[in-house]
Order: sequence, then structure tokens, then C-alpha cells
Amino acid sequence: MALVEIKNLRKTFGKLEVIKDVSLTVEQGDIVAIIGRSGSGKSTLLRCINGLEDIQGGSITVGGRDVSAKMAGLKEYRQRVGIVFQQFNLFPHMNVLKNVTLAPILTGKIKKPQARKLAEDSLTTVGLLDKIEAWPEQLSGGQQQRVAIARCLAMKPELMLFDEVTSALDPELVGEVLKVMEDMARQGMTMILVTHEMNFARNVANKVVFMHHGRIWEQGHPDQMLGDPQTPELQAFISSSRT
Amino acid sequence: MLNFRPLWRYEDAFIEGILTTLELALIAGLAGLALGLVCALVLGRGNRAANLLIRSYIEIIRNTPPVLQIFIIFFVLPRIGLRFPPFEAAAVALTLYFGAFVTEIIRSGLDSIPKAQVEAGHCLGLAGWQVFAHVVLMPAMRNIYPSLTSQFILLLLGTSIASFISAEELFHTAAVVDSRTFRSFEVYALISGIYVLMVIAFRLLFFAIGRLAFRWPVAR
Amino acid sequence: MRTFGTIDLLAFATAFQYTILLVVLALIIGAPLALGFAMLRVSRFAPLRWLSAAFLQVIQGVPLLALLMFIYFALPTFLGIRLPPLLAVTAAFTLYTAVFLGEIWRGGIEAVKRTQWEAAACLGLGAWQQFRHVIAPQALKIALPASVGFLVQLIKGTSLAAIVGFIELTRAGQLSAAATLQPLLVYSIIAAIYFVVCFPLTQLSRRLEARLNGAR
Repeated sequence: MALVEIKNLRKTFGKLEVIKDVSLTVEQGDIVAIIGRSGSGKSTLLRCINGLEDIQGGSITVGGRDVSAKMAGLKEYRQRVGIVFQQFNLFPHMNVLKNVTLAPILTGKIKKPQARKLAEDSLTTVGLLDKIEAWPEQLSGGQQQRVAIARCLAMKPELMLFDEVTSALDPELVGEVLKVMEDMARQGMTMILVTHEMNFARNVANKVVFMHHGRIWEQGHPDQMLGDPQTPELQAFISSSRT
Repeated sequence: MLNFRPLWRYEDAFIEGILTTLELALIAGLAGLALGLVCALVLGRGNRAANLLIRSYIEIIRNTPPVLQIFIIFFVLPRIGLRFPPFEAAAVALTLYFGAFVTEIIRSGLDSIPKAQVEAGHCLGLAGWQVFAHVVLMPAMRNIYPSLTSQFILLLLGTSIASFISAEELFHTAAVVDSRTFRSFEVYALISGIYVLMVIAFRLLFFAIGRLAFRWPVAR
Repeated sequence: MRTFGTIDLLAFATAFQYTILLVVLALIIGAPLALGFAMLRVSRFAPLRWLSAAFLQVIQGVPLLALLMFIYFALPTFLGIRLPPLLAVTAAFTLYTAVFLGEIWRGGIEAVKRTQWEAAACLGLGAWQQFRHVIAPQALKIALPASVGFLVQLIKGTSLAAIVGFIELTRAGQLSAAATLQPLLVYSIIAAIYFVVCFPLTQLSRRLEARLNGAR
């Protein structure tokens, strides 16, 4: 059975229909890159998957369970799904160690004595073990974003969501974050990412989804999608994102 | 000629007065803080009846002199069967007074925390109260710490109005000693000095606590 | 004992005029002093800054009540003179206004970016002209909400003049409450009068504050 099954999803903000009849299947181990212009509904789709937005129609099923912002057990569900935002959202008053271990401790995943070991493991994955005692404000944007990823990894999620995680970074810091994500992909993490990084979509994802006006306009294998786009909208999008 | 000597006999009375002043300020400070925190949290829940009640409370306290508040509690509440001795009446009045200002300060502090921080907490699977206690509270406290501590200093000085109902705090002591020694200048110079020292001591204490509690670096 | 009646309301009306008189006098005399005090606090001459800072510590470190007693009672006794009550009470509230309002204005002046002074200096303006035409208008805008807030504080503060027997609104209330033995009625009316005056000002202060924050 597919890990994520989205059927006929509809999402509105007041009169504005942001997502219209979207259906999408994500298998275990898939790396799905969602591309599209801003306002196409791609970030909202991610937020719906995490239960941050209530939905007006259709269904989202993750691991066999119906997901919504009002579902029972939303807390437990979110412990299994990690999300990383454009603005890193580290907690400024906690050092890196506490940022990473706060949730595992509070949700009872681990006992305090094992917390440091867990943090060390997660931070090693993102290559920031030496910053374990640093404050967020002392880190560069790229490092903060990697800590945000480590913070999710410490929860041992089955699914990771990335919402334009490199868009707020200076260009020279984008690479280090993408590299971490590439490593995670190679280790078999299921990932859904909203991104503007076409090369990353082409080289790492095994599925690309193009959203346009709240709909999935085209989806398929990256080579086919980006090499041979079928719709004029995707053609226009690809040529505009090259420049 | 300045002559402080006649005041020495009243050393104990002054110390008693200082202690009562500190006691009043600390009781009203802590109780008002608790009251303000509860009111600020209730205000955030958006219940219309509760909001109206709390907003009315704040506006009434903010827009009338504290002296009248203390009179009403001391002289008027006994009519409905609530009899407070002066100290207790003053403590209640000052708590209500401080609580109203604290409510607004704390509310602004909670509102100063970006929604994204709360969201990040929820996304990690934390419960609502855990997000409040671990994610929101400390940064919010840091943002309002200066206004909160200044408000406490105003409360400390404001305890002097308890003398209007003869609660035996420092200002009342001054009036008593003045009436017995007729050394008005010396008496009021002395207690002014004591108030200034108490204020400086609290400012230093708050500064030290602030340095210890809020150590994380922030963006400028 | 007598019953509460028109005579009390007339007394309140008269006393209220004294409350307003105190506020107006404190503002008229205190505001220029406040400006002077703010200038001392940001003076380029360090000893002036220190002296004014020490003075601030003292005035903001004692209860307003102590200030009143000191000027009305203690100082004249010490000097062996008698001050008319209105003069003494006005002096106390003027001093209070000069320091508290001055401190608010200092905050406003310092909130204006340093580069604004430099920009004005580059245009060849003198120090006073820089302040008068470039800094002051911006500082005033920033400090206005807190200044209106202080006005409310001052109005409420005049109630403390009751302690020296000066018959303003609160003192009139005390006398009426003692004579009629109806404190609930009397103090509610008195409180309501303060509320009617202060509430619009508080709202104005909030609105100005919101507009200021919105403009930033």
C-alpha cells in the first residue's frame, strides 16, 4: 500500500480555491519534488499533509490513516512526519542540543540521559556535530536549516516534508543543505519537497509534480517531465526557471 | 538645622515599615503576576464574554486613580460582608491594580512571538501546553521583561498609597514619626532615601536575574 | 450626618475644576521643563548627563506622595516659610511632569536615527536648527502615544493631592463620604468622573500607538 494517498483534495481560504481536486500517490522511499509558480498551491498542499490546514474536500491518507487538522491523534501523527520550513524556525532560546532533543524528550520517545546520544547521531547526519552547544543566532542560515533538519530526524520520522527550504538562504549556502537532503534520500527516507531547485529535482527525485492554478498539471519521471514537457504551461515554467 | 537624631528612637518602626512595604509589593507583585498571566491567557482564547469581562476590568483599573480603588475595597466591601483589615485591603487593591497592567504587558509579549514558532512546536508533535511552556514562554518573557520590571518598580512606590487607609507601611510610618517628632524635613528626606535605595536594589536584582535567565543571543 | 444630595454634586463640580487646574498648570509649566530635562539627558556635556540621570533616579525612585509631602510640608517647615497649598501642589506635579514627560521625550529623541542629525548637519543647519526642524518632529511622533499615556497618569496622580488636604476631586469625595456615610455611592461617582475623562485618552493613546507601529 502507498505511504501517502491523496484523493480529490480541495482546499479553500474563504472564497479563494487554492487546491482543486488534487490526487497524488507517494510510495515508501519515493522522493517527490513539487514544482510550480508561487501561488500554485504547492506549499499549501504540504501544510495539508501535516495537518496544519483543515481541508474542504477529498482525503489524505498517510500510513493507512485519514489525516486532517482536526483528526484525533494529530500530535502522535506529527511525531511520525517531519516538516522543515523556509524560515528555519529554530527556537532562539535553546542551544542546538536542546532544539534537537526537546521534542523526543517531551513526547516521551527517549529518556533524558539518552538525549545527547540521539542529538549527536542526528547532528552527525547533517554534519554539524561540532555546533552541538551553539545558539541558533550564532549559526549561518545554512547551518540553522541543517539543524532544523536534524531536529526532525531526531523524531525518527517515516516521512519528511520540505517547504522551499533553500529559498531564504544566500546562494552560497544552498549547496550544503541540498547535500544533506541528498544523503537522506540515498538512505531511503520518503520525502516530499516543494522546491525551486530544478537540478535537485532532476538528479535526486524519482517523481516530479508540476502544480499550476491549484491543480496537478503534469506529473511523472524527472527526465521525462523536465526533458520533454507536455503542456505549454510546464514548458513556459521550465524555460523561465532556467534564466 | 538638620537634625536626624530624634528619628533614631524610631528605628524599629522604620524597619517595620520597610518590611511591610516590601511585603505588600511582593504579595501584590506575585499575585498580580499570576492574575495577569491567567487573564492574558484567557484573552488569547477568544471567548467573547470572558474577553469583555477582562477588558472591562483592565479599563476600569487603568482609568481610575488607585487611591479610589483602595478606598472602595476598604470602605465599601465591608458593606457586602467582606471585611479586610488595612493591610489585606491594600494587598487586594494593589494586586488588582498590578494585575490589570500585567495582563496587557503579558498579552503583548505572547503576541510578539511569531506564529511560525508555535507552528514549529506543533509540527514536532508537542501538545498545546508544551508549546506554550517550552517554545513561547521564555522568548515572550524576554521581550516584556523591561516593561514588567518597571511596572513592578511603580508598584513598589505605589504601596505608599496604602497609607491612605492606615496600612502600616513605610509612608504611614513616616507620617506617624513626623507627628511625634515634628522633624518633617528629616523624616521625608530619610524615607525618600530609603525608597530610592529600594528601587536601586530591585533594579540591580532584576538586571542580574535578566542576565542569568536570558542568555541566548538575539538578532539585532 | 446628612443625606447625599445636590450639594455634594456641586462640591464635586467645583473640586473637579481644581483637578483640571492642577493638570493644566502642571502641563503648561512642566512641558517646557520636560523639554529642557530631555535635552540635559542627551547633552553632549557628560557631567550634565550624569547630574540629570542622578536627578531622574531620585524623582523616579520616590513615591509621588513623598514628593507632595516634601514640597508641601517638609521643605517649608525646614525653611520656616509657608507655601500656599495650590503653589506647593502645583510645584510637585510640575516637577513630576518635567521628569516623567522629559524621560518619555528623551526616548523619542534617541529613537530618531543618528544619521538624521548627520544628514541635517550636512545641510549646514546649526545644532538647534537640526533639533528643531529635523529631529523634534520625528521624535514627537514617536513619543506622542506615551505622552498621552502620561497625561492619564498625571490626571490620576492629582488624586494624591488629597493627602495634603488640597480639595480636588478625590478629596471632595472623601469629605462627602465622611459626611454622608455613603462611601459606595460617593466613590463610585468620583471614580466614574475620572473614568469618563481618562478612558478616551487611554483609547487615543492606544490608537496612536497602533498607528505608529503600523507605520514602521
